[in-house]
Amino acid sequence: MGRFIFWRLIHGLIVILGVTVIVFVVTRMVGDPVQVMLPMESTLEQRAAFEKKLGLDRPIFIQFIDFVEDISRLDFGDSLWQHRPAMEIVFEKLPMTILLTVVGIGFACIIAIPLGIIAALRPGGIADRVTVFGSLLGLSVPQFWLGLLFIVLFAVQFRILPTSGSTTPSHIILPALTLALPTLARLVMLVRSSMIDELNQQYVKTSFAKGLPFVRVVGVHALRNAALPIMTLVGWEAIRALAGYSVVVETVFAWPGIGLTAIQAIEREDLILVQAIVFTAAISVVLINIAMDFIYKLIDPRLKLI
Amino acid sequence: MNVSQNAPLLEVENLLVHFYTRGGIVQGARGVSFHVGYGETLGIVGESGSGKSVSVQAVMGLIGSPGKIEGGDILYMGRSLLDESGRKYVRKVRGKEISMIFQEPMTSLNPLFTIGTQITEVLHHHMGMNKSQARERAIELLRLVDINAPEKRLKQYPHELSGGMRQRVMIAIALACEPQLIIADEPTTALDVTIQAQILELLTDLQERLNVSVILITHDLGVVAQMSHRVAVMYAGRIIEEGNVDEVFADPIHPYTQGLIKSTPSLDKVAERMVSIEGVPPNLVTPPAGCAFSPRCTQAKDGCSEPQMLTAIGNDRHVSCWCAKNR
Amino acid sequence: MTPTKVNNLEQALTQNQYEWLDKLKELGQELLRDKAGLIGVILITALVLMAFFAPYISPHDPTEQDLSARLVPPVWYEKGTWDHVFGTDHLGRDVLSRSIHGSRVSLWVGTSVVFMAGGFGVLMGLMAGYLGGRVDAFIMRWIDTQVAFPGLLLALIILSVIGPSLTTVVVVLSLNGWMVYGRMTRSAVLSIRQSPFVESAEIVGCRWPRIIFRHILPNLTSPLLTLAILEFARIVLAEAALSFLGLGIQPPATSWGLDVAVGKNYMFMAWWLVTIPGSAIAITVLAVNLVASWLRLISDPQEREKQFARHMAGRMRRHLKLKNEKESARS
Repeated sequence: MGRFIFWRLIHGLIVILGVTVIVFVVTRMVGDPVQVMLPMESTLEQRAAFEKKLGLDRPIFIQFIDFVEDISRLDFGDSLWQHRPAMEIVFEKLPMTILLTVVGIGFACIIAIPLGIIAALRPGGIADRVTVFGSLLGLSVPQFWLGLLFIVLFAVQFRILPTSGSTTPSHIILPALTLALPTLARLVMLVRSSMIDELNQQYVKTSFAKGLPFVRVVGVHALRNAALPIMTLVGWEAIRALAGYSVVVETVFAWPGIGLTAIQAIEREDLILVQAIVFTAAISVVLINIAMDFIYKLIDPRLKLI
Repeated sequence: MNVSQNAPLLEVENLLVHFYTRGGIVQGARGVSFHVGYGETLGIVGESGSGKSVSVQAVMGLIGSPGKIEGGDILYMGRSLLDESGRKYVRKVRGKEISMIFQEPMTSLNPLFTIGTQITEVLHHHMGMNKSQARERAIELLRLVDINAPEKRLKQYPHELSGGMRQRVMIAIALACEPQLIIADEPTTALDVTIQAQILELLTDLQERLNVSVILITHDLGVVAQMSHRVAVMYAGRIIEEGNVDEVFADPIHPYTQGLIKSTPSLDKVAERMVSIEGVPPNLVTPPAGCAFSPRCTQAKDGCSEPQMLTAIGNDRHVSCWCAKNR
Repeated sequence: MTPTKVNNLEQALTQNQYEWLDKLKELGQELLRDKAGLIGVILITALVLMAFFAPYISPHDPTEQDLSARLVPPVWYEKGTWDHVFGTDHLGRDVLSRSIHGSRVSLWVGTSVVFMAGGFGVLMGLMAGYLGGRVDAFIMRWIDTQVAFPGLLLALIILSVIGPSLTTVVVVLSLNGWMVYGRMTRSAVLSIRQSPFVESAEIVGCRWPRIIFRHILPNLTSPLLTLAILEFARIVLAEAALSFLGLGIQPPATSWGLDVAVGKNYMFMAWWLVTIPGSAIAITVLAVNLVASWLRLISDPQEREKQFARHMAGRMRRHLKLKNEKESARS
């Protein structure tokens, strides 16, 4: 087990290194950072001075080492927009995005898992066909559009939920539901097909023959086995939500998380803040992947020996 | 053998099971009738697809879509399992008074749960035992089936045990609630021959000691001869011969049974060409109205196109063939 | 289809041609049986035609502004006119024409990215799978690293630095999208590589490019096609999201995502500005997903059987239920 942890962490570090390189390359070499960060009217001397300040006049390799050093201290520099340490801003907004993701994925699981099980119990039945078509539809609808529709329907038409912002607990409902949609669609399909496969296995017949109640056979025996691919998908979806969908959903609902901040930073050409956010998102992805591997091992005793 | 009562423990009468598939309606069981007495072992033999598994699954109430029991009756201790109240009764009986062992020990156990859990959950559900009681009983059961170091085994997972041991665990689970009847559906087919012998010995021993009735399904005549008191031969969804195992094997009446026994190679005869029964079993979507074996039968007559009924010969012997009338 | 005797090379070549047509006919019959897939194919064809002939079939020029006819509602409202079937936006531009032209962008981006990302990804996957060793390890680590990246965020950043346009959107989406082809190709190659026919080709002396292209690639076409179609759907959604956020297609060009972004500001009084382009996206992606499901179904015979069994089981259950109801009604 120790060996596994060790190699897994090494693997994670390599990926983080790669992420660092790419962030470095993208922000330094694609386009001219000085031009982006300074106002247009700066004179050549001002530019030269700024370059020196950023260390851009030194060889690339040394710049990279400096960069890595800074990052390991979580020092990305000060945000050009808010004039305070970029990581400070990130740490402020990150919890909101995490909250949104957790609630969103939670909604998706709560709805998708029972729905998928019901569909699997009667394949070809009404619940099954509705579920399959519904999830196909759910994967086809653009999230930003769905969010807007939700706002028009619930906030304006029916006036039951707030339109945007994050001040009350009920503010999280619409954004979380919007975030949950593609996850819900994919999850329900996976739960359904995994459960159908598991319910056809011999051990399920044995469990029924043992006289165990239906709920236990389906909900404990079969579901436990189906949980492995389901957990994997939930992990991937959490990653996609955190690092991808959150940008769109937060923008539509003005939810103050790192997604919205990223968009705002990009609009204001605040490359430092952007770097910090991208790096944070990438690290979260790596961490979630590692966590998933561990959970996987915990659930499946067959893997413990490997 | 300890036949304490005259009424049979389990009685199946004219069981009809249909499967609704895209190829048509498959008649898995076409009027199956047999009975098992207290403390006796009934062997059911037949080829694949003859309806052996279907019949016993119907007894356990395990026939699921697209299958359906379309007729007949199953009486357990005189009580019907197929009528309104019977179906609820089955749920209480299944796993407790009638238990089942399957063919594939590899896949019959849930890979994610320990052996201990898979034994104790039956005890919790049927016998209402608490954790420590169930654990005690589980260890007792593992000892009963000759598994060493039972305390250790409880914490192990199925993939850590060998095939033979897994089958022993299945037997332990089947015995957990002191059943009246154990149905063993080809329990040794997937095991090595040496393990086979051990498992059969175990089953015989347990059967005698605990006075449990056993239905043993197999396609291996040797296994039947070794273990059963009575035997029922199935073909194409029907029982075609039934009686005391020694009598049936010594003097098979139905041509199919005769063919089966002839095609079993013997160790003491000089090696000759193996005998087999020509032809293939009929398609159960469109089974013939008369005797299903007649196309392959060496003694077929015109009368074979009539539906054959199980006729009694002497004491406790039934044959489904006109040739029985000549006895 | 029994193979007929072939007398010479000519016959062999012509016979192959007809086999291909026969297979196509079979596919057509399969399609007619699966209504969902059929609808998908019909919609896609309609879309492609619409995109192709956009300039000829759209009633107005999508960029033509008419400030006297701003925020006109769709035709079924009181104030609507047949001149603007789906109404106009805040600059008087016809929504229907904009939607028709928007399809061009979506289809173009989708196809280009699939080809670019797919081409690169398949190439990488082939190399990793076939050459193995350090090449494989390097490519896989590269894929792992890129996959760890928040795709949308990265796209946004790159686009903001280099400036968004049709071309850059295609490039960025391709950069972010090749990995899935790489992984799939690699695993397919690895599993086929063990097979005897590849081994014998190697023994005979085939060089690896030939082995890859003549022997391995044909086995990949089916799963690859399904993947490509699913990716197409994802790209259409991604482009729409990018344009919505302002970092995709820029005005005066039309894109469905862009239209939704613009319409958002007038959402509460002119709902059609958001709904029409949004529905267009949804319908397109749905059609593509239907086709992808159908393809996945027919390429896996096991799935086909399972589907049929489930379908029949469902029918049987309903049939039996009706039967039971009739019987109990009678008694």
